[in-house]
Amino acid sequence: MNNRFSRRTLLQTSAAAGLLSTMGMPALAAPKHGGRLRLGLAGANTSDTWDSRTHSDNYMINMGAGCVFETLTEVASDGSLKGELAESWEATPDAKVWTFNLRKGVKFHNGKSFGADDVIESMKMHVEEGAKSAAKPIVSSVEEMKKLSDNQVQFTLKSGSADFPYLVSDYHICIFPAGMIAEAISKGIGTGPYQVVSFEPGVRTLVKKYEDHYRADTVGYFAEVEAIAIADASARMNAMMTGQVDAVNRVDFKTVPLMKANPNVEIIEVTGNMHNVFPMLCKMEPFNNVHVRQALKHAVNRQEMVDKILLGHGAIGNDHPIGPANQYYAGNLPQIQYDPDKAKFHMNKAGMGNLKLDLHVSEGAFAGATDAGQLYSNSAAKCGITINVIQEPADGYWSNVWMKKPWCASYWSGRATEDWMFQTAYESGQPWNEAGWENERFQSLLKQGRSELDSAKRRDIYTEMQSLCSQEGGTIIPMYQNYLDAASTKLAHGPKVGNLWMLDNSRISKRWWFA
Amino acid sequence: MGILSIIIKRLGLGVLTLFLVSIIIFLAVNMLPGDFAQALLGQAATPEAVAAIRADLGLDRPIANRYFDWLVGAARGDFGTSFAQANFSAYVGENSSSNYGSVATQLAPRFANTVFLASVTAVIAIPISLAIGILAALYRYSIFDRVANVSTLTSISSPEFFVAYILILVLAVLNPLLPSLSNIFDGMSFAERLEKTLLPALTLTLVVTAHMMRMTRAAIINLLASPYIEMARLKGLSPFRVIVVHALPNALAPIINVVALNLAYLITGVVVVEVVFVYPGIGQLFVDSVKIRDIPVVQACCMVFASAYILLNLLADIMAILSNPRLRIPK
Repeated sequence: MNNRFSRRTLLQTSAAAGLLSTMGMPALAAPKHGGRLRLGLAGANTSDTWDSRTHSDNYMINMGAGCVFETLTEVASDGSLKGELAESWEATPDAKVWTFNLRKGVKFHNGKSFGADDVIESMKMHVEEGAKSAAKPIVSSVEEMKKLSDNQVQFTLKSGSADFPYLVSDYHICIFPAGMIAEAISKGIGTGPYQVVSFEPGVRTLVKKYEDHYRADTVGYFAEVEAIAIADASARMNAMMTGQVDAVNRVDFKTVPLMKANPNVEIIEVTGNMHNVFPMLCKMEPFNNVHVRQALKHAVNRQEMVDKILLGHGAIGNDHPIGPANQYYAGNLPQIQYDPDKAKFHMNKAGMGNLKLDLHVSEGAFAGATDAGQLYSNSAAKCGITINVIQEPADGYWSNVWMKKPWCASYWSGRATEDWMFQTAYESGQPWNEAGWENERFQSLLKQGRSELDSAKRRDIYTEMQSLCSQEGGTIIPMYQNYLDAASTKLAHGPKVGNLWMLDNSRISKRWWFA
Repeated sequence: MGILSIIIKRLGLGVLTLFLVSIIIFLAVNMLPGDFAQALLGQAATPEAVAAIRADLGLDRPIANRYFDWLVGAARGDFGTSFAQANFSAYVGENSSSNYGSVATQLAPRFANTVFLASVTAVIAIPISLAIGILAALYRYSIFDRVANVSTLTSISSPEFFVAYILILVLAVLNPLLPSLSNIFDGMSFAERLEKTLLPALTLTLVVTAHMMRMTRAAIINLLASPYIEMARLKGLSPFRVIVVHALPNALAPIINVVALNLAYLITGVVVVEVVFVYPGIGQLFVDSVKIRDIPVVQACCMVFASAYILLNLLADIMAILSNPRLRIPK
């Protein structure tokens, strides 16, 4: 990179900038095909496979559902739900029976044509008894799957679920070819716009454009996509700065000013649903007392955490897990503020003058959790609450500390729909109900909202649930953390960038192109 | 004692060392918090899922049994399958092939990469350090000697990642001469591979040069006080000839020793450099495997590391004997 700005480059850049501003958005230009997209991604493991049931980190989500495979539906960059392998879908009025009409003329990379059997068999990987899929809780409501025709599948659910089409957009629920699923998982055979050329787990993956793709003109513009596993944050930033990769994920907040100074790099920052949390086990003393919870809600300085832990790359939370990327996000609820007087008031109500609490934190929970714990401890001290921050090792944190210790740090990437998020981490009886907060009204609203198809009614239901959660819930949610990626200015993308996952909902390879 | 009997004795001790290393590593990895099942599932770990994976992999058996099984396999040269592969088979079906294969097939290409990096480094570092060492001995206490000492000692005293970042800054960011990413893969031409390997090799060169150079200098200077060197000087030989022809052959033993030690370090100690440059060598595989507690891979990596140390040390001793007639001919 040359630090000196010659007159010529200055003229060129400003001309380009002028062009951009007159055109409004680069997206208006028709996407071009070709080129090799080189991704430098964190989140790869030597244990990675093409088995989408086990995908949990960014690398394989990008290469699996983001390149090689397809799901029935997808959440578009603007947050709307679109069909991927499904063309359309309809439900009975009770949202119990869903019929999906599948696309015709779709072929797997091995030439097999796609149909209803593939959907049913792929779905069985998550639904059947003893399934070891991370998506099992999501689709546990499926009671029966029926093939109506080669291009029509009908799902009967145990109880109504208005969000069911959203649920099948989950990156775990990729569609594999029926009858050869083991082979497809071994080799990575899907219907996606890219087919596998080489795959070295934890090191590098190369995929190339699948020429027979049914939407080859509008999905997957690159000739090749190469994903390089770069775990070290500095190495990733260096690779981006020196132009050896075209896009990276998880930009280190501290390096943002440096990257912004590079004229070849664009910082992609979106506020989504990812949030950092401090769940309190509500069945344990003293967290079973709602006043203790409310005191702690007022004892945290949220803005300070956003400023110091996220360096401003985030937004304050309001103790409910629904974020700006959700449809029924209630942004107008009263914001819980840092207020030592209110905290003391609730402590008195709880009849606890001097409260001493242990807060278990780890860098494995979220980056900066230890510092966040210290900030919490400082702000709570002014409210007469002593918080003893205990640092735990990152290894085994989720098994040994989370949901075991009465109060700890944790995080959620958030989910595409309200029901999905609440069901995952707030519904009683679910394995990851991290605070174990029992509120009858909340739980009944959850069931009510699930089978309600009327949008206005759902908004009311979910607003009330967010309010309940915010006021009385067992989880402190001080901040939403932005997704921060960087990309070369040679790349172009649509008018919006998805905020559900990193790198345009992990679908950068399907959606972006070289300008 | 003949060379052959020394080799046999040393190899026997080497096997014993490997055995002890394997016990220590096995215990150490088991003492780390979390196991493969927990590491793999992360936040999604439910007690049932963890138990299922443990049962599939036999992680629920007593540690002594697991170690013994591993030992029996390893003794026959079979390092087994990685937990990642075993777990994958349990998911997908016994006969599914995958990208891992056995631990040996997973390890081989990574080890080859590390050896390649070590070789490139050795080709650069050994001639440079010997030359500087000899010159420093020749012009000892001169400005050249002092500059050589101070600069090599500075580079060896800085942490490797720091040296690496400085080199990246100078050679990749400010002056884009070399790539900062050393992601080599199959099918790359030798020239491409070499270009990508150059920055990590230079980093390692800076790290190992001081040791070899100072040993060369010290060994030669040590000999310069000997009577036979004085004789050579009195004969009127040039200082260069005195050092290279008369002193150097007698200084070879300690030099070879330190070179072998550094070669061993290049194979076993490159973990940090591999991570910084994203070089797919055995060091990175080792780190990744420890991260997910994949014990069979960790064990195999350690065996490779330990064997490299043992064999290179043995090689150094043999070379030292061969280079010294007094040791070569048994009394």
